[in-house]
Amino acid sequence: MSINAAKNTSPNLKETENLAVAPSGIWDLMLLPIILLILLVLGFGAEEMAKPFLVGDPIPLSLDAANLPYYLLRTILRMFIALAFSVVFAFGFALLASRSKAAEKVLVPILDILQSIPVLGFLSITVTGFIALFPGSLLGVECAAIFAIFTAQAWNMAFSAYQSFKTIPAELEEASRIFKLSPWQRFWRLDIPVSMPGMLWNMMMSMSGGWFFLVASEAITVANQDIKLPGIGSYIALAIDERDLTAIGLAIVTMLIGITLYDQLFFRPLVAWADKFRFEEGDGEVAPKSWALNFWRRTLWLQQLGLKFIKLFEGSFRFFRKRTDGTTAPSKNLIPSHHFARGWDILVMIAACLAVIYLIKYIHTEVGLTEVLHILYLGVLTLIRVVVLIAIAIVIWVPIGIWIGLNPRIAEHSQAVAQFLAAFPANLLFPIAVVGILHFELDPNIWLSPLIIFGTQWYILFNVIAGASTIPVELRYAADNLGLKAWTKWRRYYLPAVFPSLVTGALTATGGSWNASIVSEYVTWGDTTLKAEGLGAYIAEMTTAGDFPRIALGIGVMCIFVIGFNRFIWRRLYLLSEKGLNF
Amino acid sequence: MSTPLLKLRSVNKSFKSADGSDRLILENVDFTLKEGEIVALLGQSGSGKSTLLRIMAGLISADSGEVEYAGKPIYGPVNGISMVFQSFALFPWLSVQQNVELGLEARGVAPDERAKKAKQAIELIGLEGFEGALPKELSGGMRQRVGIARAIVLEPEVLLMDEAFSALDVMTGEHLRDDILELWQSGDLPTKSLLVVSHNIEEAVMMADRALIFSSNPGRVRFELPIELERPREPKTSEIHHLVDCIYTEMVNPQRRLADGQLDYGLATERSLYPRANVASIEGLMERLIDPEFLGRADLPKIAEATEMGDNAFINAVEDLVLLEFAMVKDGDLIATELGGIFGNGDSELRKQMLGQQALQTIPFISDLYQELKSAPSMKVSFDVLTKSLGLSLDKRDVKKTLDLILEWSTYGELFDLDFKARKVFLHSESPVRI
Repeated sequence: MSINAAKNTSPNLKETENLAVAPSGIWDLMLLPIILLILLVLGFGAEEMAKPFLVGDPIPLSLDAANLPYYLLRTILRMFIALAFSVVFAFGFALLASRSKAAEKVLVPILDILQSIPVLGFLSITVTGFIALFPGSLLGVECAAIFAIFTAQAWNMAFSAYQSFKTIPAELEEASRIFKLSPWQRFWRLDIPVSMPGMLWNMMMSMSGGWFFLVASEAITVANQDIKLPGIGSYIALAIDERDLTAIGLAIVTMLIGITLYDQLFFRPLVAWADKFRFEEGDGEVAPKSWALNFWRRTLWLQQLGLKFIKLFEGSFRFFRKRTDGTTAPSKNLIPSHHFARGWDILVMIAACLAVIYLIKYIHTEVGLTEVLHILYLGVLTLIRVVVLIAIAIVIWVPIGIWIGLNPRIAEHSQAVAQFLAAFPANLLFPIAVVGILHFELDPNIWLSPLIIFGTQWYILFNVIAGASTIPVELRYAADNLGLKAWTKWRRYYLPAVFPSLVTGALTATGGSWNASIVSEYVTWGDTTLKAEGLGAYIAEMTTAGDFPRIALGIGVMCIFVIGFNRFIWRRLYLLSEKGLNF
Repeated sequence: MSTPLLKLRSVNKSFKSADGSDRLILENVDFTLKEGEIVALLGQSGSGKSTLLRIMAGLISADSGEVEYAGKPIYGPVNGISMVFQSFALFPWLSVQQNVELGLEARGVAPDERAKKAKQAIELIGLEGFEGALPKELSGGMRQRVGIARAIVLEPEVLLMDEAFSALDVMTGEHLRDDILELWQSGDLPTKSLLVVSHNIEEAVMMADRALIFSSNPGRVRFELPIELERPREPKTSEIHHLVDCIYTEMVNPQRRLADGQLDYGLATERSLYPRANVASIEGLMERLIDPEFLGRADLPKIAEATEMGDNAFINAVEDLVLLEFAMVKDGDLIATELGGIFGNGDSELRKQMLGQQALQTIPFISDLYQELKSAPSMKVSFDVLTKSLGLSLDKRDVKKTLDLILEWSTYGELFDLDFKARKVFLHSESPVRI
C-alpha cells in the first residue's frame, strides 16, 4: 500500500539536469579532439619538468613572445600541482585536527605560525634539500618551486577546511552516526561536501596568492646561483633584469590569459557544480553558471565517464564499511584517558622549552644579540609601514566598496576583478617604482612603501563589497525612509553594517602585506637596486647573500610580529565585531 | 512475554553546566519498550526527553544505569534502531534516492539491492517521482517523508521519532502523522515499535498506546498514562478530549505525582521560579480567561485551542499565571484569581504595576536583584553577571531565554531599566537619565 502524498509540490528539477538528459551528439564530436589535445599538452609539460639538470647548468630562457604559451603551460602546470597538494594537505590537516584533541592542540598553533612565515622563507630554507632529493634532474628545482607556490596557497585552505569540519551541523553528525557511516564514507558524504563552498572560495584566493609570488617561486637563488625555471615568473624576472618594458607588457597579458583560463575552465565549473553543497536555500539569488560545466553535462560520453567514475568510487564505501554493531562491546577504551592528555601537554611543554634553549644558544653563537635588536628595529619599521598603509587603504576603499556593494550590477563582477588584481605580482610595478623614484629623487623609505599593499589592498575592497551587498534591502529602505543624513548615516548604518567584513579583509590584507614586504622593500630594475629599510628588505638581502642563520632569524622575527599583531589587534576587533558594534 | 525491545534501568545522565559543575539532566529513569506498541514521551523543553532518546539511539552514553536492546547492552548506534529527526537532518547535496540509500550504503548493500529497497520505501511513504530531487527542492512535509523513508528502509525494529512533526505546519504535521499511523495499522511498516518524543499533547494521545510525562530539572518519569483507544482514532472525541485534559492538568498542576503514584508537594523544582512566557502571552491568556466565553474559568484544552498558542507556549503561560498568583489550576480547569481579574481588566499602567509587584514577590531572582540595586542605587549589573548566576541553577540552553524574560518582565513592570549598549541593568527611575 502506498500513500498519496500532497502532489501539489512538484519537484523543481534544475535546468542543468534537464540538459543532461538530452545531450546532443555534436558536443561529443567537438569535444573529443579538444580534450585529447589538452591531455597531450599536459603530458608534454610534465615530461619537460623532469629533464636532466645540474646546478650551474644554464637553462635557456628568452624574452621572445613566441615562447610565452609554453611558459604559461609550465606555470599553469606548476600551480595546478601545488593546488592539488594544497587540497590534500588542507583536508589531511582538517581531519587530524578535528578528530583528535591532542593533535588539535598542537596543529592549530603550528598552522598559525606557518601561515605567518613568508613564502620566500620556505623557499630559501628548503631548496637545497629538494635539489639533493633528485640529483641530476630538474625535478628537484621544480619541486622547490612547486613547494613555494604551495606555501602561498595551503594555509588558508587548511584553516577553511578545519573550520568547516568543526562546524558541521549537529543533526547531520548525529544522522551519520545513527546510519553508521564509516569514517571513509562520512568523509566523502559529509565532511567534504560541507567544506566545499568555503574551500573553493579559499582556493580562488590562494590562486591569487600563488600568482603574486610567482616571480619569487620560479626564479630561485641557491648557493649564489640564479636558477630560472621556464615559466611566466622567470620571464618577468628576466624582463626586469634586462629592462624590457615590452616584455613586461606581454607578461601581464599572458598572466591575464592564464588567470582567465583557470577561472573559466577550472573554478567557474567547480563553483557552479558545488552550488548544491551550499546550505542556504537560494532566495532569489542567481545560481552560478558555467559554460564549461554545461559542456560537460551535455556531452554524453563525458557525462557517462563522470558517472562511471563516481559509481566506481562509491563502491569503496561498501568495502570500507563499519562492521560492528552498537551491541558489540568495544574492544578497547577509545577515549583517551585523563592521564594521556596530561602527559601529552607535558611532552609538548618540554619540547617547547628545549627548543627555546637551543634557539637562544644558536642565535647567540651565530648572529649575536645586537643583530637581534637590529632586526627587531627593522621589524618595527616595517610594522609602521604596514599599519599606515592599511589605514590609508581602509580610508580609500571602504567608501568605494560600500558604493559598489550597494550597486548589485557592479558588485556582481567585482569578485573576478578583485581576484585578478590580487594576483598581480608587485614585481611588475618595479619599473614604475624605480624609474619614478630615481627621476623625482624621492626617498625610497617612503615611496617604496605603497608596493607593500599593492596586492593586498584588494582584500579590503573585496570584503567590504561583500559586506555591503549583504545589507538587507529592508534596512536600506529604512535608512532612506528615516532620511538619515551624512555622518549619521555612516555612523549608524554603513560602518556597523560592513565592520565585520572589513575586519576580515583587513586581517587578510595585513598578513599578506608582511609577506609582500620582502618583495617590495627590496626592488631591482636592471642593475639598479632600491632598498627601503625594513625587515622585508633584510630578509630579501640575506636570501640573495645566502646567509642562512640571518634568514631564519629574520623570518622568526616576522612571525612574532605577525602573530602578535593578529592576537592583540585583530582578534580583539573580531570579537568586538561579533558583539555588534556601533559608533 | 519475550524480552522487551528496549530496556532502561535507573539511567542517570548529567552534563557540565556553565560554571563547570555537573547538572543532572536525567535521574533514575526506568523505561521499557515492548514489541508492537507506540509510546509517547511528553515533557517541557529541558526535561531531558531528547537526551533520553539519544541514549537509546546509542548517540550518547548514560552515566550510570543499564541500557539494553533485545537483552544486549548498547554501546553505540544499533542496526535495529533508527531515528527520525526534528530538523530532518537530510544531506542537502544528496538526492532523495541517495538520502534514502545512505544507511544501506553504509551497511554495504549491493547497488541493485539498494535501489530496490529504496524504491519500496519511497513508494510506501509517498515520494514517487521525487527520487532525483534535492531536499531543498521539496516542501517541509516532503522532506520529513524522506527522513522517514531513510529510517524505515533499514527495517529497524525500533523507530525513534524526535519531535518529527514539530518543524512542520499544523496541517502538514497532522497529515503526515495520520499517514504514519495508517501504515502502522496496515502492518506494512517493518518496524515493531515506535517511540515518539513530542511536546504536542494531542499528537501523543492520537498516536500512542502509552504516554510518559516527564518532569523537568532533573528529568524523571512523573506519570504514565495508558491510552487504550481503538485505532484509527478520531480527533475531537470526548475520550481524546478527556485524556488531553488529564495530561494538561498533570503537566501544569503544582501537585506533582511521581511515577509510583505518590504526591509530590515540593512545588518548587527551582526552574518554576523563573518566568517562562513573555508578557504578551501572559496578558493574552489572562484576557482570554476572563472574556465572556470563559468568564474566569476555562477547561485547559479548550482555552489552549482558543488562544492558538502552541502547547509549549500555552503551558508556560499557564505556569506563569499560577506563579504570579493570577490564576490557579483545578480539576483540569484554569481559574482566574481575584488578583488576576483585576490584572486582566486593568489598563496598561495598572498592569505594569501589578506585574512588577507580583514578580518582585514571587520570583526570588528578581527580588534579590532588586534588593541589591536598591542598596546601591547607582550600581549597574552587567548581563554577563546575571547570565553566570542563572547558569548556576539553570540548564545552559535555558539561560539566555530566561534572562531575556526576566529583563522583559522587570522592565515592563518598571523595576529596572536596561542599557543595551553596555549590556547592563540598573534600577528604574521615574525620570530616566540619558547617557
